[in-house]
Amino acid sequence: MSLLEVRNLSVAFGRRPPTLTGIDFTIDAGARVGLIGQSGSGKSVTALAVMGLLPEYATATGSIRLGGTELIGRPDALFAPMRGNDLSMVFQEPMTALDPTMKVGRQVAEVVRLHRKSSREQARALTLDMLEQVDLPDPEQVYDAFAHQLSGGQRQRVVLAMALINQPDLVICDEPTTALDVTVQQQVLRVLRHNLDAVGAACLFITHDLAVLSQVCDQVLVMLDGAIVEAGELKSVFTDPQHPYTRGLLATARLDQVAPGSRLPTVADFYRRPERTPGTEVAG
Amino acid sequence: MSDPSTPDPSTPDDPAPVYAVRDLTRVYPGSRTVVAVDNVSLTVRRGQRLGIVGESGSGKSTLIRMLAALDRPTAGDIRLHGRSIIGVPERRLGFLRSAVQLVFQDPRSSLDPRMRVGDIITEPLRSRMMRHRSDVPDDHAARLTEVLEAVGLPADSARRFPHEFSGGQRQRIAIARALAPRPEVLIADEPVSALDVSVRAQVLNLLNDLVDRMGLTMIFVSHDLLVVRHVCDSVAVMRGGRIVEAGTTEQVYQRPQEPYTQALLAAIPTIRFER
Repeated sequence: MSLLEVRNLSVAFGRRPPTLTGIDFTIDAGARVGLIGQSGSGKSVTALAVMGLLPEYATATGSIRLGGTELIGRPDALFAPMRGNDLSMVFQEPMTALDPTMKVGRQVAEVVRLHRKSSREQARALTLDMLEQVDLPDPEQVYDAFAHQLSGGQRQRVVLAMALINQPDLVICDEPTTALDVTVQQQVLRVLRHNLDAVGAACLFITHDLAVLSQVCDQVLVMLDGAIVEAGELKSVFTDPQHPYTRGLLATARLDQVAPGSRLPTVADFYRRPERTPGTEVAG
Repeated sequence: MSDPSTPDPSTPDDPAPVYAVRDLTRVYPGSRTVVAVDNVSLTVRRGQRLGIVGESGSGKSTLIRMLAALDRPTAGDIRLHGRSIIGVPERRLGFLRSAVQLVFQDPRSSLDPRMRVGDIITEPLRSRMMRHRSDVPDDHAARLTEVLEAVGLPADSARRFPHEFSGGQRQRIAIARALAPRPEVLIADEPVSALDVSVRAQVLNLLNDLVDRMGLTMIFVSHDLLVVRHVCDSVAVMRGGRIVEAGTTEQVYQRPQEPYTQALLAAIPTIRFER
């Protein structure tokens, strides 16, 4: 049995046509699975569905099982204790993920105290240790800082600490480095890899950047218009893509292989999506 | 296309640069004084495609905001075709406004959601500073059709609102607006950073194409050296408000001299096929 089993998952918002249409995938314990696709393809909706964070007017059907526990339709009173403990999430923008009015150390410690019996001192010690694990210099000082006093990379490492401190089975990262500079991105990815290994957590890593994905993941899911069109081992998907859309994505990502100034390949060179009704969003 | 109201001081042998920037400094005073741009000098020749690269906070955006006279320097001089723009009141900056246009990072915030695309694109042509200038097109409807076609948007886009378009299409609208007054210089501030990788290629192709076809001079700001290498012939690397390295793009990309440039290059993620 896989850690996470998603079967025939569909999500619709209100009366609009479904955003996700019958997707299936599994994540084994400790696996790193990358989810790629362009904006609007349904990547984040997938993440929110697994986290049970879809808005009330959304309807999810199908099955999402984590360690055998069905998550769809699970009442929030039973779901809330799982979040931050069995599964956790890292969002793109750390400034909005952190509370600006509360010292960041307390926010990390709060995650500990919500899920297990521990004294203030124990939680603080665990937090300081975790802040060190995510390569934050001078954890004591970071503990007492507010989010706005930290740099973007430091903030995202605090969020990683929050997501990992209870050693969850699954960490969902939604574009965790998209808002960061390249040099900082490199550090954060290194910290993420190291700590996933240390905790033994599985990871669902959402990104539109194939290079970043290849630094973290060993399996890939390709999403297009709310459906998964290709899935497999990183190496086989990246070297021998089967779906024309995947081929297009790969071609556009190889900026380093195109002569400067020459025309870049685009997804449309490989895959043209069927025409939609006018007025709906079309990529380009 | 130079401003016809001012004689071009350049001779054929010695073409005056489009931009000549000398010892430019911008200090933001306050409890913690920030020197955003620190003694920067550079020249931009006609037809040049200059990339400005650096991390957040390196002063890239402050520099180009001063080039576009959206912000005023604390010290130093900026000349556009030999004519200083320092201390010139806004109402007399028409020569700059028609010659220099900007494209910003996020088309979600740079386009007014309550205006129709056609009105957005022709707004610069209706501006009080531009509408009487001989170098600015006066047939707005014709110019609208031209620029929509140039950026590859259907003609009926003019009636629609920005939210009806995807991110890449919205950036095309922003580019069309910038092109409308027939500028000579296009300043693009991280124009593809908010876009998906798959859409990025289309917008970069479009920019390369337009700069070629219209003979534009381009200043392209990015944190991504790979993107800059693709669209620019020269590059200036900024750190802490200073230009730490400059040269042709190939030179800087192939043989970076500064450790900082080397670190920037090394940090660019590349695809690995096995972890």
